[in-house]
Amino acid sequence: MSNSTPEVTETTAVTGTARVKRGMAEMLKGGVIMDVVTPEQAKIAEDAGAVAVMALERVPADIRAEGGVSRMSDPDMIDGIIAAVSIPVMAKARIGHFAEAQVLQAIGVDYVDESEVLTPADEANHIDKWAFTVPFVCGATNLGEALRRIAEGAAMIRSKGEAGTGNVVEATRHMRQIRADIKRLSTLDEPELYGAAKELRAPYELVAEIAKTGKLPVVLFTAGGIATPADAAMMMQLGAEGVFVGSGIFKSGDPAKRAAAIVKATTFYDDPDVIAKVSRGLGEAMVGINVTTLPENERLATRGW
Amino acid sequence: MTSAPTIGVLALQGDVREHARSLASAGAKPVTVRRPAELEAVDALVIPGGESTTMGKLAEAFELLEPLRMRVKSGMPAYGSCAGMIMLADRIEGGIEGQQTLGGIDMVVRRNAFGRQVDSFEASMDFAGRGPLRAVFIRAPWVESVGTGVEVLGRAEPGDRIVAVRQGPLLATSFHPELTGDTRVHSYFVEMVREL
Repeated sequence: MSNSTPEVTETTAVTGTARVKRGMAEMLKGGVIMDVVTPEQAKIAEDAGAVAVMALERVPADIRAEGGVSRMSDPDMIDGIIAAVSIPVMAKARIGHFAEAQVLQAIGVDYVDESEVLTPADEANHIDKWAFTVPFVCGATNLGEALRRIAEGAAMIRSKGEAGTGNVVEATRHMRQIRADIKRLSTLDEPELYGAAKELRAPYELVAEIAKTGKLPVVLFTAGGIATPADAAMMMQLGAEGVFVGSGIFKSGDPAKRAAAIVKATTFYDDPDVIAKVSRGLGEAMVGINVTTLPENERLATRGW
Repeated sequence: MTSAPTIGVLALQGDVREHARSLASAGAKPVTVRRPAELEAVDALVIPGGESTTMGKLAEAFELLEPLRMRVKSGMPAYGSCAGMIMLADRIEGGIEGQQTLGGIDMVVRRNAFGRQVDSFEASMDFAGRGPLRAVFIRAPWVESVGTGVEVLGRAEPGDRIVAVRQGPLLATSFHPELTGDTRVHSYFVEMVREL
């Protein structure tokens, strides 16, 4: 792609290349990234074996309950979390809010999530993510959306799911959809790929690349409603390369124990004996919301396009 | 050893698939290792890039830590990149309290020494006299100091830091050759495994 980073041959160190940004996500694979709102929670997440934490002011379940405009977190709060743990720290910016992303890059977060969980700041444009040194992860509900984000420079994709519900049904839908869309591309011939690119509203070069490789050019995680070890295991079996858990941990009865259990289930996602063992005695899961009862205007996955 | 050696990739967390692909290109037969029985079946082991604290905790929880230490101690060849380098270090700086590693290489490794992700970089460097290769460093550690039995195989230009070392059957790099499609480091390791 013309706007990706060119190959450089001199010995001088270069930061922010596509390889460095996408490579960071490769290192998170097979791991669990946990939403945290305080340094204490971040420490619990690290001790449970999280590969990274997502620093935010309110978990999606509370954003949902409290309403109002939801924005980037206070830099002081993010600094506190960065100081508390040695694992990578991510933070969320509103869709299209490039100035929030600039702030997050300036304070040294390791990944920016341009997230539908916050209130969108631009209804026409997502952030130009090529312009940043810090890498971005973006949500997607299908392949076309994933490819539009990658074309804008996203270095990692996650399913959107329906955040803050504790209900995995939408994440399942999105993971299956992305997988089915990729499978379908592999059955098309050259002229059909042009049609597919048009249908997917995605750049032809990316569509052709995926038809050939059978996978996204960046790491694909799952997010949105994961609340139990079995949820994580199911998402991994559906092709996720790792798991974001938002409200599911710190809205449950025993966060430390549940966090460690989800970490183990993500590694041994294909071993039901391990999933059974780690699922025992976890206490209350978060209560959860039946997504079909959610009015359309309260659904977060419809934000972004 | 003349046939393709069976080399395990520790598959608790991290970029397992990329290492497996590089090992296959370098003439080895890669398999994933998550359980003690799988560890017993391999000639050598790669510890991938990823999060060293997570790997340490999972290795401990699934009773893999002691078997790993035993095999490293008994001379099994092993190669660790980034998090894997931390796992193979006798001493680490900047780890978390009680962080579990395997040890084996007489060195001090500083975790996240090159900085946060915005400082992650790629640069060209020489590896073991095999010409310049493009090395990708991601929140990478560096080697602060090495003991007398440790051979330095590469240094990175920022600060001329030690980023590749070998001690007997153990190899470690701060960078990620598995991300670039350049198989020279993996070929070097497969040769080591064949010789030992």
